[in-house]
Amino acid sequence: MSHGASTSGTPKAYFGVFAALMALTGLTVWASFLHLGVWNTPVALAIAVTKGLLVALIFMHLRHSPRLTFFVAISAILWLAFLILITTSDYVTRPWLPIYGS
Amino acid sequence: MADVRAHAADSREDDAHPPELRHHFANLPAQREASTLAMWMFLVTEVLFFGGMFTAYVVYRSTYRRAFEGASNLLDLTLGTVNTAVLICSSLTMALAVWASGAGKKKATILFLIGTILLGGVFLGIKAVEYTQKFQHHEVPGPHFVVPLDERTHQPLPRQSEMFFSLYFCMTGLHAAHMIIGVGLLTWLIVKAKNDAFSPRYNTPVDLVGLYWHFVDVIWIFLFPLLYLLGRHTL
Repeated sequence: MSHGASTSGTPKAYFGVFAALMALTGLTVWASFLHLGVWNTPVALAIAVTKGLLVALIFMHLRHSPRLTFFVAISAILWLAFLILITTSDYVTRPWLPIYGS
Repeated sequence: MADVRAHAADSREDDAHPPELRHHFANLPAQREASTLAMWMFLVTEVLFFGGMFTAYVVYRSTYRRAFEGASNLLDLTLGTVNTAVLICSSLTMALAVWASGAGKKKATILFLIGTILLGGVFLGIKAVEYTQKFQHHEVPGPHFVVPLDERTHQPLPRQSEMFFSLYFCMTGLHAAHMIIGVGLLTWLIVKAKNDAFSPRYNTPVDLVGLYWHFVDVIWIFLFPLLYLLGRHTL
């Protein structure tokens, strides 16, 4: 934030991120046809997370944001993790109970 | 915060109260920081809005894996991939529009905003073609749903393939609704840019709509592999 309105980021950086996002899109489509057993979904998600981080850090200027903005953005991941982990823990542990299905 | 306070001194010198500055903010950088923070807070609630559906997806996909993989293979991979590329292009033009507005390039700002709208329109158009195909193939959940055949074995898929399509339409539908709202916001920005509302000193609306547009792109980045790619390795 060197002056009033302009945000960080240069067109050069944006084109770099753009090229990376396109390449990763090709990579994820290619990888989805491989027989990776249980690893197909983790690989797809790893590529998606990489793409999401590129967009958030460069396109959305998170890299040069004030620390408070950065923490608020990170909190989204935290709340989402709570939502998914607590819900799935219920579904996973339900069959452990003797009353299940009776 | 330190540099915001540093800005307070020089902004008081050259421009005591610019017209864009709301009276409850000390200076433009402070106003900008507060606006950006609020936009990010809104986006956090949006993550949880979509998060509810992602959670439902996780639960049902792990319960009905075969049905989900088989139904996913019926989505048009070419159209889905093209749409992903179109959306990435639109994020690039959006980022360039934010940059141009911050650099005081009015003409470039308007052109990049128009480009973003056009790419958003292409995305929605392709989505409409995909939806039409789903209606024609009776793959839309509801009374006209017919359990589709597996691409590979040509046997009927498990009944729960309907659940996959329910989630597909809810998730992509909510995403498309966000795109339509985004196109509306971009139109508003073009009108404002034409009226010289933005300058190197003040381009917060462009910046915030940019954050929204990129967020919608991030959602699609996750929807694409989860909906289109999950069963391709079984083909």
